[in-house]
Amino acid sequence: MSQETTETTEEETLSERINLRAAGLYATLVGLVVFYLIPIQSGIVTSIKSSRGVRETLPFAPPAWPFIPEGLSTAEAFTVEKWVFAFDALAVGMVNSLLFTIPATILCAIFGSMAAYGLTLVKWRGQIAVFALFIAGIFVPYQAVIVPLFEFWNQYAMLDYRLGLLWDLPLLSEHHATILELIITHTAYGIPICVLLFRSQYKTMSWEMIEAARLDGASIWRIYRRIVLPLSIPMFAVVFIFQFTQIWNEFLFSLTIIGSVNDPAASATLILSGLGQALEGVDYPLRMAGALITALPTLLVYVLFADKFAEGVQV
Amino acid sequence: MKRLIDLLRSRTKEIRTDGGAVRERSRVRRWLDSDFVQSAPFWLPPFLLMGFFVYAAIGWNLLLSLTSYSGFGEPDYSSLSLGNYWAMFDDPGMWAATRNTLVLLIVFTVACLAIGLALALLLDREIRFGRTLRTIYLLPFALSFIVTAQFWRWMYNVNNGIVNQFVGVFGLGPYNWLGDPRLVLGSVIFALVWQFSGYTMVIYLAALRSIPSDQYEAARVDGANTLRMYWRVIIPQLRPAMVSASVVLVLFALKAFDFLYATFDGYRPRRGADILATKMVREAFQRSEWAYGSAIAITLFVMSLAVIAPYLYNQYKRGNL
Repeated sequence: MSQETTETTEEETLSERINLRAAGLYATLVGLVVFYLIPIQSGIVTSIKSSRGVRETLPFAPPAWPFIPEGLSTAEAFTVEKWVFAFDALAVGMVNSLLFTIPATILCAIFGSMAAYGLTLVKWRGQIAVFALFIAGIFVPYQAVIVPLFEFWNQYAMLDYRLGLLWDLPLLSEHHATILELIITHTAYGIPICVLLFRSQYKTMSWEMIEAARLDGASIWRIYRRIVLPLSIPMFAVVFIFQFTQIWNEFLFSLTIIGSVNDPAASATLILSGLGQALEGVDYPLRMAGALITALPTLLVYVLFADKFAEGVQV
Repeated sequence: MKRLIDLLRSRTKEIRTDGGAVRERSRVRRWLDSDFVQSAPFWLPPFLLMGFFVYAAIGWNLLLSLTSYSGFGEPDYSSLSLGNYWAMFDDPGMWAATRNTLVLLIVFTVACLAIGLALALLLDREIRFGRTLRTIYLLPFALSFIVTAQFWRWMYNVNNGIVNQFVGVFGLGPYNWLGDPRLVLGSVIFALVWQFSGYTMVIYLAALRSIPSDQYEAARVDGANTLRMYWRVIIPQLRPAMVSASVVLVLFALKAFDFLYATFDGYRPRRGADILATKMVREAFQRSEWAYGSAIAITLFVMSLAVIAPYLYNQYKRGNL
């Protein structure tokens, strides 16, 4: 009888201890959620505040009862004005960013897949050296190339001048030359990481199938089109998502190649960098609204395809 | 390439009529049929495109750094000298930028590795909403530097910022996080760690999941406690993941330019936060000291090379390439 009671109390303390540990674990995890989300959350609530609301309410609290101090009404603290203004300022940049991000992403994926195939599923001497050159390209800091890049596009290639006839066509105008330059540059810089991503998949592909196809007399092109390409569709999805985010978020190439915030080809990140900048100080609500609008496409991609994105990160 | 192939094809036809040259024909034929030539259309065009914009550009940059080009007219390639590199030694801004770059590199990388490991170990068990949590912790990584800089400027705001409100609870502050030269670099690093620790976590999680579960069992059977098991069995196996993550983190840190540009509205960060990347762009694009800017760029490139080359060599030796 007495033995039984001691056993139950021991079990209880054990389960209590486990509960305590679990509670501690979950408390830590929730604390981390707050840490990772509060800058973004603060940005969201700030973007819908008026200047007075920003000054007088708590930075992480929405501009609504019960979070606003006495003497300030919700109507005075809340406004969507900044969103309207930010959207007006960023609309052109959003279109421009899409115009170079989407083609560059597609080209990167196609080139990446082709190069990875040529370097993995076909064997020849010296391919490791070529592959190493591709991979090292991932790690080159952009600073090391922006001066030549600027020189190349502005002094030597001069696409806006060389392709002059094109800009008379409907829907095209001169600033599309800059967009084209960005597409080419981003493609060239996106290829290395795409090669690595595709190669990691192709290395695990079954050799027997490809050997069998070769024995049947299928050409290298045919094997690529009929066997490799269909099997790499999931990897294409990963590469699209990852590369879209990377190119959309990029800033230094925009700054170098486009140059000015007022250029008709200005990207969303470039316009955001100059938004709401005034002598009397920074218009924080406007900046926040602008930041959220600029982040919208990548956030959407991220939330919808979180797993694929994480897969792309693991290189 | 195609013309070369056509040329060789026509040559083989000629040879075919000549009975004495069968061996040579077959050699050309064999070369054309070789996997190297056959696979070239796949890898050569992307290689040329990438090679031109990456490697040729670096070569050109190196050449520019040896001139005294300052943005007007054509660079003079006839008289090359190391003058720009010597000038770095006399530039006090250069020492500060180098020191800040190294501090940023080391503190940022180590902090991301440590926090990422902690996050991964927390999430690598049966917990509810594990995937959602991973998504939340990785979320900042999906944002542009320009976007996160806006959020953190606001977080660090002297009057209304959350950071000051938070330290105020403990009776500290307010501090001028982005204005005080003693604090600014730390503030920048903190924000960057916020953005990238989720990245390290994902790398570690993938590595943790690839450790066979019987190793956990074996360690448990040996009577190792949890802490010992992690320290002796699990963490040593995360070394490859740690190495590849730190290479990428170092390069993110070298690129922190975007974040600083957006935080300080331009090429010049507050005193105490200037790094080589910002100095390089400022010299080249704002002060039109193109050649000097190129020289700093080459310095940065050499720094990244010092990280990449051993990494790639190691990967090659392990057969991962």
